[in-house]
Amino acid sequence: MEQIGFLPPKAAVLARRDEIVGDLLDLLPEGCLVHETRELVPFETDAFVSYRRVPLAVALPETTAQVAAVMKYCHRYGIPVVPRGAGTSLAGGAIPQEDAVVIGLSKMSRILDIDFANRTATVQAGVTNLAISDAVSPDGYFYAPDPSSQLACTIGGNIGMNSGGAHCLKYGVTTNNLLGVKMVLVDGTVIELGGKALDAPGLDLLGIVCGSEGQLGIVTEATVRLIAKPEGARPVLFGFDSSEEAGACVADIIGAGIIPVAIEFMDRPAIAICEAFAGAGYPDDVEALLIVEVEGSETEMDDMLRAIIEIARRHGVKVVKESQSATQAALIWKGRKSAFGATGRIADYICMDGTVPLSQLPHVLRGTAEIIERHGLRVANVFHAGDGNMHPLILFNANDPEDAARAEQAGNEILKLCVDAGGCLTGEHGVGIEKRDLMRHQYAEVDLNQQMAVRAAFDPQWILNPSKVFPLEGRPAA
Amino acid sequence: MSVIHDPLSEEATSRIIRAAVAASSPLEIRGGGTRTLSAGGAGRDILSSASLSGIVAYNPAEMTMTAKSGTPLDDIEAALSECRQMLSFEPLDVRALLGTGGIPTIGGVFATNASGPRRFVAGAARDSLLGVRFVNGSGEIVKAGGRVMKNVTGLDLTKLMAGSFGTLAFMTEVTFRLLPVPETALTVVISDLNDAQAAAAMATAMSMSVEVSGAAHLPESVRGRFLGGRLPGGAATVLRLEGLSASVSVRAEKLTAAMASFGPVGTLDPADTAQLWREIRDVHAFADGTARPVWRISVAPTAGHQLVAALRLETGVDAFYDWQGGLVWLRMESDPDAELVRRYIKALGGGHATLLRASAGVMAATQVTQPQGEAIEALNARIREKFDPAGIFAGNVATGARY
Repeated sequence: MEQIGFLPPKAAVLARRDEIVGDLLDLLPEGCLVHETRELVPFETDAFVSYRRVPLAVALPETTAQVAAVMKYCHRYGIPVVPRGAGTSLAGGAIPQEDAVVIGLSKMSRILDIDFANRTATVQAGVTNLAISDAVSPDGYFYAPDPSSQLACTIGGNIGMNSGGAHCLKYGVTTNNLLGVKMVLVDGTVIELGGKALDAPGLDLLGIVCGSEGQLGIVTEATVRLIAKPEGARPVLFGFDSSEEAGACVADIIGAGIIPVAIEFMDRPAIAICEAFAGAGYPDDVEALLIVEVEGSETEMDDMLRAIIEIARRHGVKVVKESQSATQAALIWKGRKSAFGATGRIADYICMDGTVPLSQLPHVLRGTAEIIERHGLRVANVFHAGDGNMHPLILFNANDPEDAARAEQAGNEILKLCVDAGGCLTGEHGVGIEKRDLMRHQYAEVDLNQQMAVRAAFDPQWILNPSKVFPLEGRPAA
Repeated sequence: MSVIHDPLSEEATSRIIRAAVAASSPLEIRGGGTRTLSAGGAGRDILSSASLSGIVAYNPAEMTMTAKSGTPLDDIEAALSECRQMLSFEPLDVRALLGTGGIPTIGGVFATNASGPRRFVAGAARDSLLGVRFVNGSGEIVKAGGRVMKNVTGLDLTKLMAGSFGTLAFMTEVTFRLLPVPETALTVVISDLNDAQAAAAMATAMSMSVEVSGAAHLPESVRGRFLGGRLPGGAATVLRLEGLSASVSVRAEKLTAAMASFGPVGTLDPADTAQLWREIRDVHAFADGTARPVWRISVAPTAGHQLVAALRLETGVDAFYDWQGGLVWLRMESDPDAELVRRYIKALGGGHATLLRASAGVMAATQVTQPQGEAIEALNARIREKFDPAGIFAGNVATGARY
């Protein structure tokens, strides 16, 4: 099976390993450097577990100044640096390499400031996504982006990947909810971009940093936007006889000028897997299931749900389950939210993240089924239908290298199908190493060169997370 | 005499830029000509988007549109209104404020990140921009982003292009997201609050689950300039609610009850609401046909009124507030007092000020955009160099017009 490559480790760096560890020990307080081989193993991969590389050392700084000191040192000696939040990347964004120092932000997990009058929270980058909402929830606020891993994933990682979630149809993704960052540049310089004001002067550096996968610098603090919680939220569940009908229903809901807060889609295999795990009461005789959630006052939710159900009926909906209570609502969501975990119990899987224009959903679903069948695999489709962000879970057996290779191959073909349908390789998980070698399918050489040139404006030596995002061949000379 | 280049295609644009590089002849980028991007010194050749016009694709069910950069904003909005959709960020029209002519174009909207009242809840132009095609300073035709809502594939160059004021590249095509036009809208007006009370009232409104989509404070000195003087009372603090009719009336009731503790409360009907927020968007109060300096200041919402109070003690100013108080439109009596304005912004927690209007002489003598720290300016310079190594677009800066 053809493996995704990493940059070859720099021999000069490996040769100086002990010296580098000694220097880093001097730069950091006690207990802030991991360097024993045995202790480095937990850092060898992230949630893209098929690939592993044990790093040279892992720095766990407690302050921005310590991040800057480590960064400055690594810059001076040309040592690659791989930033790490909680290590939940599905694309291998946090997988290190043998000659790299990992800078992990797990110790920088304090909430620094909550300002309700200005509706902002300023936090250290190692704070988890959910911790922000938990901290402001008693006062009636929340932080909107809600990736599935929100219990574990950090805001620093969210900024690195420009993470989304189920509710971004209404509230946007990380970049739309981020007001400012403090970050360490490759040479150790500390800068602040944005703040509590809604916009910043000059070029939109915050916009380019968000989603840059740790290639432009290391974010150590972030100021994010808080939003007043809606009065209520209520999902409705629809079962359809075909994916086409479900897809057409989604397009008509959006086309009718209704923006639900979430529209989630599951196909028959996904329904079966989730139902077996969560007992959510999903129908077992439909081909496609939609969960549509609306927010607002009781009146508003009644109005919107009535309109949405009417649209669903026009598309021949077979099952309609309205939630009559908070318990029923939670149950409807429980099945969907356990999709990845439940799938993991029955097989190994890789999760794709291509996004397509809504009108292309039926076409891409059909194409996905064909690709999967051709490779003799199984797939369960679970995705954010409102914004066209697909998550086919390709099931395979990790103990069978040929099966694993087939799964990877099928995944690549599905992503190419998404791009050819006018979409993109990744909607919220990031490129990492997983989709790196497909970048040329989405972008022409001149497009990639422009991106790499901007990257080089931040990191001329390419030491920040260097094996990621851009194909290893054809990079500008450092 | 300066030449006006008016290319019909990306390829022609590329040839013009390559020729300009070869001749070391800088180019001023022009959209619809509603403001100038020139730092000074006329005489540069102009690269215009006027002939790159037309909607390329519009699929209402996907809530996205692709248009060539020179497409007049009016054409875009006409097409959108047929399908009851809109640009969520309410692009402002600077012509009345600046005393300029020209035709706003969609490329100009994104190049200047022109965003109005809904920006503080729905995002700015940059948040709606999904993809862009541009020709860089080397004449290369580049695409960035795409036409889907969620896209994290590679570096987000679209964000860099938004608000870059023609300093990086010449945009040829933009793809952006849309929102449905709300079924109805009304405005809750709280009368007679001073600036600090208004800030507290707006913060309270934003803490409620009523989805306020516009929050502005119009002090007594400017109140008469809006709605032809029909706003009640002295100062007017205005809060907009939009959505389905039944829902808007329920929310209005709730908001009115909460605001009653601050002052007398009234409401404006949909027609007055539409006019009022258009006037707030376009800085109607200071569209006075003069060259008195006007600053656009962005700070934390609760800092806006403190800034104005501090400045009042030192110089003659008039002001009103949008974005819950975080966007301050500040008109100076005479001198722009750039140093003073920026010193207080810094003291109040940071933000930035852009001088949008002043006489030509004052503009030329003033640092119109906020200077940033050395490290950030160095980074900006390196990024510009990556788009425009020959410095063909270097003369373009974010300014308004000169009288």
